[in-house]
Amino acid sequence: MLIKIILVVGIIIIGVLLARPASGDRHLALRRLFMVFLVAVAIVAVLLPNWLTSLAHLIGVGRGTDLLLYVLVIAFLVFVSTTYRRNVLLDRKITLLTRAVTLAEARAEDAERSALGAEQESDGSEPSGGA
Amino acid sequence: MDVMSSAAPFRQDGSTIGDVCIVVPLYNEAPVIGGVIAQLRKHFAHVVCVDDGSHDGSGAIAARAGARVLRHPVNLGQGAALQTGISYARDISGIAYLVTFDADGQHRIEDVLGMLELARASDLAIVFGSRFLDNRTKAGWAKRIVLKTAVWVTNKTTGLRLSDAHNGLRVIRADAARKVNLVQDRMAHATEIVLQLSRTRLPWGEYPVEVLYTEYSRAKGQSLWNSINILVDLLIR
Repeated sequence: MLIKIILVVGIIIIGVLLARPASGDRHLALRRLFMVFLVAVAIVAVLLPNWLTSLAHLIGVGRGTDLLLYVLVIAFLVFVSTTYRRNVLLDRKITLLTRAVTLAEARAEDAERSALGAEQESDGSEPSGGA
Repeated sequence: MDVMSSAAPFRQDGSTIGDVCIVVPLYNEAPVIGGVIAQLRKHFAHVVCVDDGSHDGSGAIAARAGARVLRHPVNLGQGAALQTGISYARDISGIAYLVTFDADGQHRIEDVLGMLELARASDLAIVFGSRFLDNRTKAGWAKRIVLKTAVWVTNKTTGLRLSDAHNGLRVIRADAARKVNLVQDRMAHATEIVLQLSRTRLPWGEYPVEVLYTEYSRAKGQSLWNSINILVDLLIR
């Protein structure tokens, strides 16, 4: 049955998507093209309900609603995997940002302390051991 | 980095070891962190504590006890805190060794001193603490299974033959520390750091340490569920 091949191929593509490093521009363009395609299919399916059923028959699925469900499952899995990837990348960015903030703050504190130490030294009031 | 050059951030009195920096990732350990830092400061001039967004005042307690406290504005996880600490500590001038040390008081300072001695005497770049080289550490059977599984996974992925993994006590020479760049924010960093250190091809060793499972550490310690998270973190990135 054709539908089995389509579904299996769809699931494999998700797996590949999950393993492949996301590339910015092409990724975004594909997303947008897919959205346009989805809208077009949705409109056709509303205007010509029988078209969906005959498409389903064509690839070996009993009813148009069944086909819709299968496609929905695949679409959901794609959504889960891409969202997961985006989250990982976002977490990475937050970590790097947080670390940069933390280290910048620490450097500022260190500079302040060493300035304070130098001041005390030049006053001659307190010989500091460090320098 | 010149702002850190020799001077200010640390008090240096003759009795403490000056060329070692202890790195302590800290998250909500208020009841014990003061004691842990105070003990460390008796022996070491440089104790860097990374407060990973604690909300129980742990950071302030650590600072009062004499640690140099760096603050993460938000909680990221132990791996992220450790990397921040390492990034800071390896740039302090005059530091020859970094030591990673858990905040919950389960490590013994005697072990740190022994590991440093071993590193210096045998010219090792990395010394891993291991609780399975002798029978001092008393771990429950469930914990033992989880830890042994972690050892197996670590050895498979790194090609080293360690007897313990996910032990927070490690001595890392400054040149090796420069090669560490942890991207595992949570607990899986313990495998990642072994992997990155093994890739340096620098000489390493293990040292028997005792892990003290106190009432406190047992009450909050890593749940077994965490081992599943670690595995997933390592497999899917």
